[in-house]
Amino acid sequence: MNANTATTHYPAAPASQGVETRTLCVLVDNEPGVLARVIGLFSGRGYNIDSLTVSETEHEKHLSRITIVTRGTPMVIEQIKNQLDRQVPVHRVVDLTSGGPALQRELAMVKVRGKGEQRMEMLRLADAFRARVIDATNESFVFEITGASDKIDSFTNLMLPLGLVEVSRTGVVAISRGPEGM
Amino acid sequence: MTDMTGAEMVIQALADQGVEHLFGYPGGAVLPIYDALFQQDKVNHILVRHEQGAVHAAEGYARSTGKVGTVLVTSGPGATNAVTGLTDALCDSIPLVVITGQVPTHLIGNDAFQECDTVGITRPCTKYNYLVKNIADLPRALHEAFHIASSGRPGPVVVDIPKDIQFAKGAYSRPKEFQHRGYRPKVKGDLDKIKEAIDMMAAAKRPLFYTGGGVINSGRAASDLLRELVKLTGFPITSTLMGLGAFPAADRQWLGMLGMHGTWEANWSMHDCDLMIAVGARFDDRITGRLDAFSPGSKKIHIDIDPSSINKNVKADLAIVGDCAHVLEDMVRLWRASAIVPDKKALQAWWEQIGTWRAKNSLAFRNSNEIIKPQYAIQRLYEQTKNRDTYITTEVGQHQMWAAQFYPFQEPNRWMTSGGLGTMGYGLPAAVGVQLAHPNSLVVDIAGEASVLMTMQELSTAVQYDLPIKIFIINNRYMGMVRQWQELLHGGRYSHSYTEALPDFVKLAEAYHAHGIRCEHPGDLDEKIREMLEVKKPVLFDCVVDPAENCFPMIPSGRAHNEMLLGDAATRVEDAITEEGKVLV
Repeated sequence: MNANTATTHYPAAPASQGVETRTLCVLVDNEPGVLARVIGLFSGRGYNIDSLTVSETEHEKHLSRITIVTRGTPMVIEQIKNQLDRQVPVHRVVDLTSGGPALQRELAMVKVRGKGEQRMEMLRLADAFRARVIDATNESFVFEITGASDKIDSFTNLMLPLGLVEVSRTGVVAISRGPEGM
Repeated sequence: MTDMTGAEMVIQALADQGVEHLFGYPGGAVLPIYDALFQQDKVNHILVRHEQGAVHAAEGYARSTGKVGTVLVTSGPGATNAVTGLTDALCDSIPLVVITGQVPTHLIGNDAFQECDTVGITRPCTKYNYLVKNIADLPRALHEAFHIASSGRPGPVVVDIPKDIQFAKGAYSRPKEFQHRGYRPKVKGDLDKIKEAIDMMAAAKRPLFYTGGGVINSGRAASDLLRELVKLTGFPITSTLMGLGAFPAADRQWLGMLGMHGTWEANWSMHDCDLMIAVGARFDDRITGRLDAFSPGSKKIHIDIDPSSINKNVKADLAIVGDCAHVLEDMVRLWRASAIVPDKKALQAWWEQIGTWRAKNSLAFRNSNEIIKPQYAIQRLYEQTKNRDTYITTEVGQHQMWAAQFYPFQEPNRWMTSGGLGTMGYGLPAAVGVQLAHPNSLVVDIAGEASVLMTMQELSTAVQYDLPIKIFIINNRYMGMVRQWQELLHGGRYSHSYTEALPDFVKLAEAYHAHGIRCEHPGDLDEKIREMLEVKKPVLFDCVVDPAENCFPMIPSGRAHNEMLLGDAATRVEDAITEEGKVLV
């Protein structure tokens, strides 16, 4: 018998393929438990969630749109899409990143604390990143910033030594480019 | 539109859906429904002894009839006891509607008596579930539940109904429209792809049909169409545990079951074929063995109603999403229309090759005059029941595999076994459900003594409703499959797989007012089986067998189809597993 072969009660894990990051849009009936259903599917089957946002987008039809950023091998990504699609309250699953990059944005609120020259530096950086001041005191600001996730990462990284207090981020929302809808 | 209480709506909806038997167990949170049951005679309630038994009985009913099985249980422990059955039904794609009582809406989330988060607990083990918090939603939820359970890939659906909703009054009507517009299972296969499949089949030199439970679930027509297509093409066919009976085992094109305990010819054909036509099967790990060595030289056509089954474990070269019966119908039609001339020479060579594998006689076992061999017991059972109208259920373990190997099925819906989940204790309650559906047929639970003790209390149900089920216990005193794996993987250290104290099954039968028989000698088998079949009561048959017998052939643990072990290899099996393999079991 070949001692190098992994022999178990179960087949060995498949040889790992390259992992890709994908952004999925999932249109669902806005009903109780639907988010738990989607999240439970991901945790139960061991899929990754890098970001998840959800909100009702079509009020009369009670439809919500969930945007999920996930990672996996091409086979796992296909599984995720099919597993989502077979859920009863799921209307459509669209892989926004399958045909090239989609428009992806996040909104963040960034609270910083500082005095004197630090405050000037904070405002200069905010200006460079097109962040808006939405709250100010003598020793603090709250900035509102929108953009791609990495832009927000850069902004918070720069704010860190200046007196970053906390960050609240929405997670990614996304939409495809061009005239076609999902 | 008729005004009625929520409890009355439940009964009315069940009656409107044509439900004959409702398996259940009462409790505080379903008392209004039980009161409504008391005052009607449309739906026949079967009182089980444990909620798990109710769900398995409903599964047995569903699998032997093709209809939706129904269950009624109370909140809290009633619902949690049903979870094993729900998971079993989800794994094996069995259509069920399970109604659970819930504490009144104002107490939900309050840790009330017998409260549990039923929809939360059952979300991952149902196809869909409902918590009905408004009486106006109840008729729709009940009828949708039947639609979801039985359409597409079937599965269990839970409807959780708080007690105040059962008392509330509202208007009842059967909804005309289905509210979940996103739920539209695809039943017709893509015709271009089916044409492509026909072309691939026409060109194949070593083709093989690999069929599964999807063919059975698709209904009788699917089995008939499968038979027609297999006859037309002249291709060999094998099936999973779940698919047994879709194609008659007596036919010469039948290779026997495949997979971990499948036949030599079925598994070698899987390994060496050049075209695999998978119909309603899902490439489960008990089937594929080692994935990187799974049928390396074949193109694979995968027909399944559930797109998530395709490309999950094995990449399909051609995927056809659709209901088996619809796709098979198109295939038969196109094959006939296209006047295909298959490569007769190649097919003949393929059949000759299969013949040499068959000659291995992989199910052979050494019989004995002193001690009953489990395989022999099942053979004798088959011989005495084959000309009757027989349904077989099983528990889980060695006896289950022996039943699959030694009890050939000629028709679909005759074989009820827990395939995906592997639920010990499935067979006895399932037999209760089967017998109710087929009161004049013979229903035998081929059981193991360990499994059957998990749901033994349902014998009491069988006695109560005069259901003459036969529980044929292959008694080796071991959890046989556990013991076999301990022999393989753990140096024969039989940790807790031996039952030191078993009940006297004959006396146990008598205590339940059933009939008990014990058989310890091969020479007595025929006469005692005859007795079992003649008794008009439920029978516990304690068939005392060789405790050391192992189940062969076998693909040891994650090896490839062409690395099977045969019975006479039993002494060498310990060498078959490596150290790193043991970790992953």
